Amino acid sequence: MDTSLLVIQTLNGLQLGLLLFLVASGLTLVFGILDFVNLAHGSLYMLGAFFCATLTIWFGSFILALLISLPITALVGYLVERFVARPLYSRDHLDHVLATFGLILVIDTLTHMIWGPEGLAVPLPDWLRGQVTLWGDTVVPTFRLMIIGAGLAAAGGLFWLVNHTRLGMLIRAGASNRTMVSALGIDIEMLFGLVFALGAALAGLAGMLIAPITEANIGMGNGIIITAFVVIIVGGIGSIKGAFIAALLIGLIDTLGRSFLDDIFTLFMSPTAAENSAPAISAMLIYIIMACVLAFRPQGLFPPKVR
Amino acid sequence: MRKVTTLALAASLLSTAAFAEPVKIGFVTTLTTGAAVIGQDMTNAVDLAMEHLGGKAGDTELEVIYADDGFAPETGKQATDKLVKQDDVDFVAGYIWSHVLLASRKSVLDADKILISANAGPSQMAGKLCDKNFFSTSWQNDQTPMAMGDVLNTQGVKSLYLMAPNYAAGKDMTAGVERTFKGEIAGKDLTKWGADAQLDFSAELAKAKASGADGLFVFYPGAAGGAFIKQYQQAGLKDTLPLYSVFTVDAISLPKLQQAGFTDVLGSKVTQQWDPSLDNEANKKFVTDFKAKYGHYPSYYGAQSYDAIMLIASAVEKLGGDLSDKDALRAALKEADFDSVRGKFKFGTNNMPVEDFFLREVVEDEDGVWTTKVVETVYTDHVDTYAADCKMN
Amino acid sequence: MTRRTVLTIVVMVLVGLLPPLLYWSGNAFYLDLATRLVILAIAATSLNLILGYGGMVSFGHAAFVGIGAYAVGIPAHHWLYGGMDAIATTSGYVQIALAVGVAGFFALLTGLVCLRTTGVYFIMITMAFAQMAYYLILSIEEYGGDDGLVIDTRSEFAWISLDDPIQLFFLAYVSLVIAMLMVRMIVNSRFGMVVQGAKGNPERMATLGFNVYVFRLVAYVISGAMAGYAGALLGNFTTFISPEMMDWSRSGELMFMVILGGASTSVGPVIGAVVFIVLEEFLSHFTVYWHLPFGLMLMAVVLFARGGFVGMLTKRKGR
Repeated sequence: MDTSLLVIQTLNGLQLGLLLFLVASGLTLVFGILDFVNLAHGSLYMLGAFFCATLTIWFGSFILALLISLPITALVGYLVERFVARPLYSRDHLDHVLATFGLILVIDTLTHMIWGPEGLAVPLPDWLRGQVTLWGDTVVPTFRLMIIGAGLAAAGGLFWLVNHTRLGMLIRAGASNRTMVSALGIDIEMLFGLVFALGAALAGLAGMLIAPITEANIGMGNGIIITAFVVIIVGGIGSIKGAFIAALLIGLIDTLGRSFLDDIFTLFMSPTAAENSAPAISAMLIYIIMACVLAFRPQGLFPPKVR
Repeated sequence: MRKVTTLALAASLLSTAAFAEPVKIGFVTTLTTGAAVIGQDMTNAVDLAMEHLGGKAGDTELEVIYADDGFAPETGKQATDKLVKQDDVDFVAGYIWSHVLLASRKSVLDADKILISANAGPSQMAGKLCDKNFFSTSWQNDQTPMAMGDVLNTQGVKSLYLMAPNYAAGKDMTAGVERTFKGEIAGKDLTKWGADAQLDFSAELAKAKASGADGLFVFYPGAAGGAFIKQYQQAGLKDTLPLYSVFTVDAISLPKLQQAGFTDVLGSKVTQQWDPSLDNEANKKFVTDFKAKYGHYPSYYGAQSYDAIMLIASAVEKLGGDLSDKDALRAALKEADFDSVRGKFKFGTNNMPVEDFFLREVVEDEDGVWTTKVVETVYTDHVDTYAADCKMN
Repeated sequence: MTRRTVLTIVVMVLVGLLPPLLYWSGNAFYLDLATRLVILAIAATSLNLILGYGGMVSFGHAAFVGIGAYAVGIPAHHWLYGGMDAIATTSGYVQIALAVGVAGFFALLTGLVCLRTTGVYFIMITMAFAQMAYYLILSIEEYGGDDGLVIDTRSEFAWISLDDPIQLFFLAYVSLVIAMLMVRMIVNSRFGMVVQGAKGNPERMATLGFNVYVFRLVAYVISGAMAGYAGALLGNFTTFISPEMMDWSRSGELMFMVILGGASTSVGPVIGAVVFIVLEEFLSHFTVYWHLPFGLMLMAVVLFARGGFVGMLTKRKGR
């Protein structure tokens, strides 16, 4: 096998995994601490992309737009918490799923009404448009490296926030024992709102980073949300570390599956059949992994310590 | 779905007076999801055609009812069923997507209505599944990539990597280029399509590059086209792996590419059966009025939709609005006696157009807007491959 | 008679009579709409058995429906185009048996794993298996992949012809009534009592000596088989099947019908299906943006109308 191709595909898998992590980390926090299932988390990812695209066209600077879009997406997340999630905390997960399913329809349609059906392209500055040569003819697009860098930075920042700050301590405490936190006299509503806003900003960041590649388009959140759920289930609900490892695992499996599975399949079926089934089978792989994890380790690979 | 309420019952009872009723055209296209950008171009062109006709074919009122296929075969079939059964339309036209058309065809043909594709051209419906009630104002899927394959041969491309969405048209498109391209196929990727289509092609582009092919052939219609071109450019493949595309760089994707400043796309060449620069009266009127009304160039989707309405109007006018004799209606349609934006228009034995295919190049027009112009004619009066399989009953 | 019984009878009479009357008065399309509605109501009724009464929130029920539809399409496909002689047939009896059998078997296989989990893990693992079924059928080129499969001949039975829309409607309607009666019978049996008891307090049922896992598994298999039957009808109705039928959003829609109408009631899923289909049809008639009011209404029902429509219609004052 070609090493150069393997390296590049690994980088591609890493990039997908980090984006998945950004979406999944917010989801796992909201799920772990607030015990709230938010199907509409993917809509925040989409909104992040649209905000960033609009502002990039407005200001002519992608980086500036990204920095302004982050708090805007966080604010939307806060509003979702305040008006949709909060009244539902006392209900069961089924009600969460149904209400946020409705919210997806609402946000998708509003996006269609505001931005039109065609989606938005995000122009990149020249220095992000080129390629970086790693060695020989192993060349990767600069922007994909930037996604990896930004993803790692966000992950690092999140680890620091969770492990070394007072807010992080409360978050960790909330994930393992919610009643204790409220018993400590902490404004639990404020904490919940903050966690939701943080999760929204992270998901939004993922959307902003992918938009220059795939463009901001309606429904882009619905594809990623299910995969993000797979990630947090595999990683263990409420665990940032678990989400990180599971996201990279699934990103790599998906990318490597798409790139090498059809070659493997041609060994025992016709090239046409292999070409048709390989992408679907590699998509199936991640669900098989999730089912196995749930069957043998229902709490996930890295569950938070106390639950 | 918009419509004017008419009692279907009354219409059927009063069939002797049918010519007094407006002739109804159901038009199925994509109005939701990201692919609605194509649907919009088509409905714009249909609205323009109706405006040019004054809403009439001869003395007969025409009425268009739009329906949304939601970019999914199942939804498209439901929309078609409703047009046929509830609205009792006389024609069902439109259809961007081959798989939607394949799913919907039975609903229209079983009711003995006329089906007109304004875009999709699945191989099955040109061949074994051809029908006397089915007409096309576009092409058969394989034809445009076949023209591209011959262009590649003359340019001396030796090996090719193929990428297309994994659905009926994607399979036809790759089959088309494989039929005429004489070099070696270095590899092929079919990617997930539909409302949750795959839009990040990083893994596939890396494979294409590693395959060592001389060229990359792609088919990514609609919004996916813009996304693909960007990633292709970001990957810096322009010199090592030149891009040859069909239905990807067009009036749908060019405005966004221009907005994002992707100058590399200027000069790239694509094959097509129509171009805004084609020099004939009907086309000049269509392009000028379309630009005046909507502020941008029409795409081939729009051009084919415009032709579909004009074709219907020509047949309705010829019959004086009385569509009760189906044989006469089919004969009138087959004559295709209208001014096509393609300059000339005639149907083959399988009711697919027999037409020219051009090589066109992306250029900047005098106003600085990116568009295409014809470079040369690749095929003249080209008949699709599947016509031989068609046993019209 | 209780209010709920009256409501059930009124709804069922309306659903049974109105569509044929509309059809005979020249509105063929409304019969189509009603047939789809009734078939989805069967699927929702099957989901209600485990979700409403059993507390097992399956987020993958569309997979059973899809399997049922392909159990009609695949034999018909081979009958026309050759291959797989063992199952190539247009016989409705064989196809229905396949639909019920394969869907039930799939429920058994997945249920063995899924039912080891509870709560949100159960929601997610049922969805995971449904996604697997979705991608599996997507990967088989022979059956059309993403393009779906056109069923050229409907299931053939000795006495009825499904090509006649009225006969197809009444077959679906009678099936729905039987499905509702079956669910009611199961729920009121000793078996059903255990399944319902396990919803609130599985430990107590276990202490009473019942193997809750086995009881739940049996209920899950019955529900899956019933949804498979609904899928076979759906395939015959649409004469077109695609992997889209198994998509997770379809499972979500079935859940909606159950909750919207009122879980743990016989007529709830039917009312849910009626509201869902009628609203979809009505709203999409006016605007392509119909998902907006639709989504808002769904949120409102969850937020403000607990117990669904049955709860609202049968609520006594002062309670």
